[in-house]
Order: sequence, then structure tokens, then C-alpha cells
Amino acid sequence: MPVTLEDPRIVEFDVRTDEMLVNMGPQHPSTHGVLRLLLRTDGEIVNEVTPHLGYLHRCAEKIGENLSPVQWIPYTDRMDYLAGMNMNLGMSLAVEKLIGMELPEKAVVLRVLIAELNRIASHLVGMGAYGLDLGTFSPFLYAFREREIILDLFEEACGARLTYSYLTVGGATHDLPATIPIPPGLASLTHRSPNMKLSWLEAVSMFLDWLEPRIKEYHTLLTRNHIFIKRTAGLGILDRETAIDYGCTGPVLRGSGVDWDLRRDGDPIYTRMYEGFDWNVAVAPFKDAPREAVLGDNWCRFYVRMQEVTQAIRLVRQAIEKYPTAKGMHRVPHKMATKLPKDECYLETECPRGAMGFYFVGNGEVNPLRARAKSSCFCNLAPTADLCEGFLLADIPAVVGSLDIVMGEIDR
Amino acid sequence: MNAEEILNLLVDEFGSERITGSNLAAMDPWIEVAAASIEEVSRFLKTDERLLLDHLNNLCGVDYFEPDEKKAAKFGHDPHVEVVYHLSSYTHRHKITIKVCVPRWKDDQAGQLPEVPTVSGVWKIADWHERETFDLVGVNFSGHPNLTRILCAEDWVGHPLRKDYEFPLEYHGIRGK
Repeated sequence: MPVTLEDPRIVEFDVRTDEMLVNMGPQHPSTHGVLRLLLRTDGEIVNEVTPHLGYLHRCAEKIGENLSPVQWIPYTDRMDYLAGMNMNLGMSLAVEKLIGMELPEKAVVLRVLIAELNRIASHLVGMGAYGLDLGTFSPFLYAFREREIILDLFEEACGARLTYSYLTVGGATHDLPATIPIPPGLASLTHRSPNMKLSWLEAVSMFLDWLEPRIKEYHTLLTRNHIFIKRTAGLGILDRETAIDYGCTGPVLRGSGVDWDLRRDGDPIYTRMYEGFDWNVAVAPFKDAPREAVLGDNWCRFYVRMQEVTQAIRLVRQAIEKYPTAKGMHRVPHKMATKLPKDECYLETECPRGAMGFYFVGNGEVNPLRARAKSSCFCNLAPTADLCEGFLLADIPAVVGSLDIVMGEIDR
Repeated sequence: MNAEEILNLLVDEFGSERITGSNLAAMDPWIEVAAASIEEVSRFLKTDERLLLDHLNNLCGVDYFEPDEKKAAKFGHDPHVEVVYHLSSYTHRHKITIKVCVPRWKDDQAGQLPEVPTVSGVWKIADWHERETFDLVGVNFSGHPNLTRILCAEDWVGHPLRKDYEFPLEYHGIRGK
């Protein structure tokens, strides 16, 4: 029997490679919040990425114009909700600079202590969530176990776990508590009695003693993991010029090899805080990087954060030593109805995610004429379109995750 | 370079018609540039060997206006909109603030956005910052490749950071106020 052309057994596959538009987000687990990436894909290859922002927009700047700066502090907590203390600090410093306020030594040391502890917590989430983006769950659980203790400590210090409003204009709202019950997580991890009482500083010290050897374990678990290196090293390369052109700051900039940290190179009112502290700026390239790593790739950005945790631990330890003998009070009184001078001030501070800038224009009134929060993640997210072009769909979370964005801060 | 040297350099290069003012005594010393020449001046600020202001820290708009007539007498500013550029250099470690002043509405017709040439060709990040300023403050950056709203919804009406902005009473069936 001759085979006819219309043999029903022959199935012709219609393989077309049409371009397709894919919406990644806004409710996508690896976009770190409500970010929508509009992807133009050709099969698995992504040809174009268009980020769409604004899902969390609250117009915090308009709110800031109708409140006194002290009243605006709780709103800064809710911008970068993973590093509320650093946001409080940045805003308070900008106001202090504008009204010309000098802080006693104790308040300054307290601020360094609190801000660096929050930096550890924030980078732990960054590390854990990045592992999650790449499909490994364990680092996330470890990171959150450690962070929980920091949150417990913050809760003892100011009563809140996430939205602290603790560092305020003139210092901090309260002094550190003299005795606290040991955080339950810390008690079980260090095999102490859960009824133990100790001072806040001792608890931090005990926590750091426990955390420090763990960093090495994270490196074994994640940083040096073969699969992790394969998925991050050599991918998402952001070169030095592009990073500067896009106004990237923080770990993203340092991952591209720019030796710039505002704690060392910033405004005098900010760098003064870190005088007398012994620490280093973590900046790529690293001597101990794997062979596959290229300057400015995902791995470098991630490793900068991990190094910053180590440096933050050093800073906190030194602050703990300095605090009991520091002179002055934890705050200087500041009236909420203080009128702002007819001047303006823009101040950037080094938040865990980059340089967060606050800009106040005063006009002789209590409320500022303009309150502006320049978001660091906003700028760090801007090169996404360039970074992701021509990549596989599965690599998009690896690139976006390495920028470590928080949408609350981008959308404000 | 300090602010005074930067100002002198700019005045030598562009003349006082284009460098229209300055305040070096302010907390952040600023230099005012005529709106029409901002792109040219920006390019000079970024590329000149003595300045190399390669980092655009911040770009935002400020609406100088007091809607309350009783307070307007004490306000102390003529109504206008400012676009503020905070610049710094990684090489020379200096910084400067540049301002562009434009009327609140083009041709004094309410709703007509004032125009400022875009600097997104000079610093790439200016692209997003200008979109945000357009969105919230209402400045039309002429020559911008994609001047659309970035934070507010695409069909949002008005520019929230204008002092006379009125909050909408209803948006797609959601009641406001």
C-alpha cells in the first residue's frame, strides 16, 4: 500500500518562534515585592525588560510636606522596611544638619551601634532571599533565625520589631535598657536558661559571638556552592562606567569596583560618627573570588554584602566597648514644633542598600516646603533593562535579586 | 574645587546670561542655570577634566507656591518651580547643586507644564528621575525619550507635589477623602 501524503500518523509540529510579552510580577516571589517586569521573550531568551514601578506608591513626599520632620520619621521606617533604623538615621541627620544641631558622644555611638546592627539584619535577609531566588531554601531559614534575635533585641530597645522610629532628631528616643530577658532564640541557640537576665549590650555581644563563626558556614553553604557560583558568577555584569552613569550606590556600586562608602567619603556630619572606628570598606574585586567571577557580576555584589556583615560586626563590637564610657546623653531635646530655617539641605547616608538621600527645603515654618527622599534602590533598579537583555528567562531573578531591592523604598 | 571656583569656571565658559544666579552662602551652595542651556551646561559639568561631576545624586522638583492667601504675603518667594540637580564627582570628591527655575505654568496658563530640556542623555539615571519629577511635580522635560508617569498610575490626573494639587474624590470607583 503506497504511503499517501495525508498519512494521519505524521504529525507536523508547528514550531514558531514568535516574540511573546510576559508579565513577571507584580505578584512574583522573586521580584522582591510588587515590581512588574514586562519581558519581551523569544523562546527562553529575554530581549527586552521594562520595569513598571509604583504599586506601593504612597506619595510619602507629599505627606512629608504636611508634617514636621519628627512626625515624618515613622514614614521613613516604612520606606526601606528591612533597614528602618538606617532610614531614621538618614532623615534625622539631614534635619540636624539643617537646623545645626550637635549631638553628644553617647548618642553618636548609640546610633552607630544600632545602625550597624540593622545593617547585619538587612544583609541577612538579602542573603537569604537571594538564595531563595536561586532555588535554595536553607540559607533563608538560617538567615531568618539570626535576624529574629536582632529583631528581639530591637524590640527590647524601642518596642517595635520592624518600624522602629527609634533614632530621631537629636539622638534616640530611649536609652538602651539596663536589663532584659534573654531573647528566646539566643537562649536556645547558646543553650542558656530562657529565664536569664542580662544587659542589652551583653545580649548583643553574646549574639555576635554566636553569629561570627556562622558567617563561614554561610560561605560554605551558599557563596562557595558550585551551583550558586554557576548561577551568579559572570552573569549580570555591570561595569564601572555604567554603574556610575545609572547613579548606582552601595553594594551595587562597590561590586562594580568603585571604592566609595559614604561612611568614609560622605558628608562630614555623617563621617564624623565613624571616626575612631576601625573598619574596612568591602569593594570588588576580591582576592578570594572564584575563577568564574567577573568584576561587577552578581557574585561580586552578593559578596560585598557578605563582607559588609563582617565589617558591621566589627563596628558593633567597637561601639559596645565605647558605649558605657561615652559622654553625654542618648539624646538632646528637640521640640517637634521647631521651625526650619530658610535654607535647604541634601544629605546622603549609607543605608544597607545604597546611598539614601534626604532633601529638606525649609521656609521658616515647622513643616518643610519640600521633603524629598531619594531612594537608593530606585537608582539601583534603573540598569535592570541593560543588565537583563539577552539573558535566559531563568536568570532574570538572579540578576534582579543581586540588586537587592526593596519596593517600599522605590515607590515611597 | 569649591563652589566658588566652579561658579567662576561656569561663568567664564557660558557667560552670565546662561548662568543666571547663585547662592554660595547656602548650606548646599547652588548655581542657577537658564532653562534653555541646562543640557549644554550639564554636559560640560560631566565631561570637563576639572569638574568631572559624573554622579547625579538626586534630581527633583520643588514647587514654590503658597495656596493660602493669608500666608502668601509671608511666603517670601515668587511663585515658581525649581528643578534641582545634586551632583558630585567620584574623581575630584567635590559636589555642587544646580538649579533651574521655570514659571509654574507655561505661558501662565494653568495646566500647561513648564518645559526644561532633558539631561537624560548626559546621566542615564536622569531618565527615571525626570519621569518621577514629571509625574509628581509636573515639569515637562523636552527631548526625553519616554516621558511617562513612573510612580502614579498611567491615567492619574494632576501632579501631586504641586502645592495647589487637589486630591481626586474618586478614582476607578475608589472613594478618596
